[in-house]
Amino acid sequence: MALVEVKDLTKVFRRDTQEIAVFDGLDLTMQQGDFLALMGPSGSGKSTLLNLLAGLDRPTSGTITVGGHDVPGMKSRQLASWRAGNIGFIFQLYNLIPVLTAMQNVELPLLLTKFRSKERRDRALTALKVVGLTERADHYPRQLSGGQEQRVGIARAIVTDPQLILADEPTGDLDAKSASEILDLLQRLNREFDKTILMVTHDPNAADRASRTLHLEKGVLLEAAGSSI
Amino acid sequence: MTRTGIVVANLRRRKRRTLLTIMGVAIAMFLFITLRSVLTTLSDSGEVGSENRLIVSNKTGFTFTLPMAYATRLAATAGVSGVSWSQWFGGVYIEPRNFFAQFAIDPATYLALYPEIVIPEDQKQAFINEQTAALVGRGLAERFGWQLGQTINLQGTIFRPGEDWPFTIRAIYESGRGGFPDNTMYLHYAYLEQAFGGEFGEAGSFVLGIEDPAQAAAIAAAIDDSYENSAASTKTQTEGAYNLGFVGLYGNIGFFLNTIGMAVVFAILLVAANTMAMSARERIPEIAVLKTVGFTDRAVFAIVLGEAFAMAILGAGLGLAGALVVFNLGEFNFFGFIPGLAVAGRTILLMAGITLILTLASGLVPARAAGRLNVVEALRHVA
Repeated sequence: MALVEVKDLTKVFRRDTQEIAVFDGLDLTMQQGDFLALMGPSGSGKSTLLNLLAGLDRPTSGTITVGGHDVPGMKSRQLASWRAGNIGFIFQLYNLIPVLTAMQNVELPLLLTKFRSKERRDRALTALKVVGLTERADHYPRQLSGGQEQRVGIARAIVTDPQLILADEPTGDLDAKSASEILDLLQRLNREFDKTILMVTHDPNAADRASRTLHLEKGVLLEAAGSSI
Repeated sequence: MTRTGIVVANLRRRKRRTLLTIMGVAIAMFLFITLRSVLTTLSDSGEVGSENRLIVSNKTGFTFTLPMAYATRLAATAGVSGVSWSQWFGGVYIEPRNFFAQFAIDPATYLALYPEIVIPEDQKQAFINEQTAALVGRGLAERFGWQLGQTINLQGTIFRPGEDWPFTIRAIYESGRGGFPDNTMYLHYAYLEQAFGGEFGEAGSFVLGIEDPAQAAAIAAAIDDSYENSAASTKTQTEGAYNLGFVGLYGNIGFFLNTIGMAVVFAILLVAANTMAMSARERIPEIAVLKTVGFTDRAVFAIVLGEAFAMAILGAGLGLAGALVVFNLGEFNFFGFIPGLAVAGRTILLMAGITLILTLASGLVPARAAGRLNVVEALRHVA
């Protein structure tokens, strides 16, 4: 059974009297362990697709199933709880809370679980270890480089051991070296930890690190030529 | 890290702004508590009066005296079991700011009518038997560090103005009833008389013991009627009514103080609401992130409201602590204008209610906005 199944998805935005259809019958399937890069021009709906998969937005019609859960069918409260345990979100601008340390930022999603304080801390440290930042656990975001901030963002995304990681242009704000390190890390998460990753990117080099690349154009997903593995 | 930790971290985000807001709330609360305490202290003073005592004063006003000759006739009034009198002395101890109440009394008859003034028998006799002796309350003695046997000088303001009046403290009384002040000094009326060559012959007021409190109104009416056409007409009231009359001297002070108090609270409410709104607005992307990682609308609502609550409770706590230190421990009484000024329990309760209202009024709107925040829209603004 596929981890992600999107069928006949439509999403229409209404601006004043105007209706803008982003997707019109979009289908997508991702197996457990997939590392999929999603490319496409600005405004093609890449981020919208991520938001729909994470349950942050609701489709106009169609079905979205993640790990057997009917995402649009869940109520707001259920969605929040499901998202906390099953989805890891990585943002382009890291979006760390500036008044919390790296450790505290990583610990945030665990506050929604029943883990005790020590267990939360242990898990956050483990996640920081995976991204190679244990020595920076007590640093605030302003004390970290962009690449380090994004690694903290990744640690926050994996700390609850989610089924699916959604990365919205995770290297878009980084220099080439840092971007490469982040992509190495995502590949490692995919290969060593069998994490399923859907990464939105504009960068062909970043897309090359994924096992599949899809192009989103005019509301339709196209398999990129030469995509393999 | 806990959710409370997030609240604390957010408060520390802009330390100066948080500190200024908390200080603003603290000062407003301090002012509010002060105004309320003035009110409660003044109104409480009417409640310490005994039902068994009537006060006879000059109908023209409490600053006018009555002839001592009235004492005999008052004692003969039906239903009256005892008569004594007192005269405001109004001396200054070292400097005017050390204000406290001083009454010249006839010790034996006065103390017989006031069982609330509790004195060891030997001290009581020592006070009664020495004309320059003083009886002081425990609170007053502690305030100035006075000891038995110590001689203190009061400078006259009404009697022999500018001259020293030496008194020897022979007795210290305890208040035998809650609310009865223990910060008063009593001296011998005869000492005053002596200073006037025995020709003073006036009393500020007479205090009457009555056998049946139910007859108080009838006795008072009978006394006032009998002096209606005298040179000094009387006004006879229960002790409680007499005390409340002093509150009335300030006019509608309750309305005045309540209005100022509420205006202060309303002003700080606007400041706190503005601070909370600014703080929440600045953090829209962060709130969106919290929701993205799984925080529910309710959890986000609680965090933002928690910040408003923390600021309100810290400010109110500081304001209350300040008021308790200044009034209850420090015994500041506005240089004697409000003797016995203290923060009452019901003022603290009222303050707690206002703190809650402040929390809701300042935090509810931004907390609701945070709870309802559309994550997709918010994240789009970040990108």
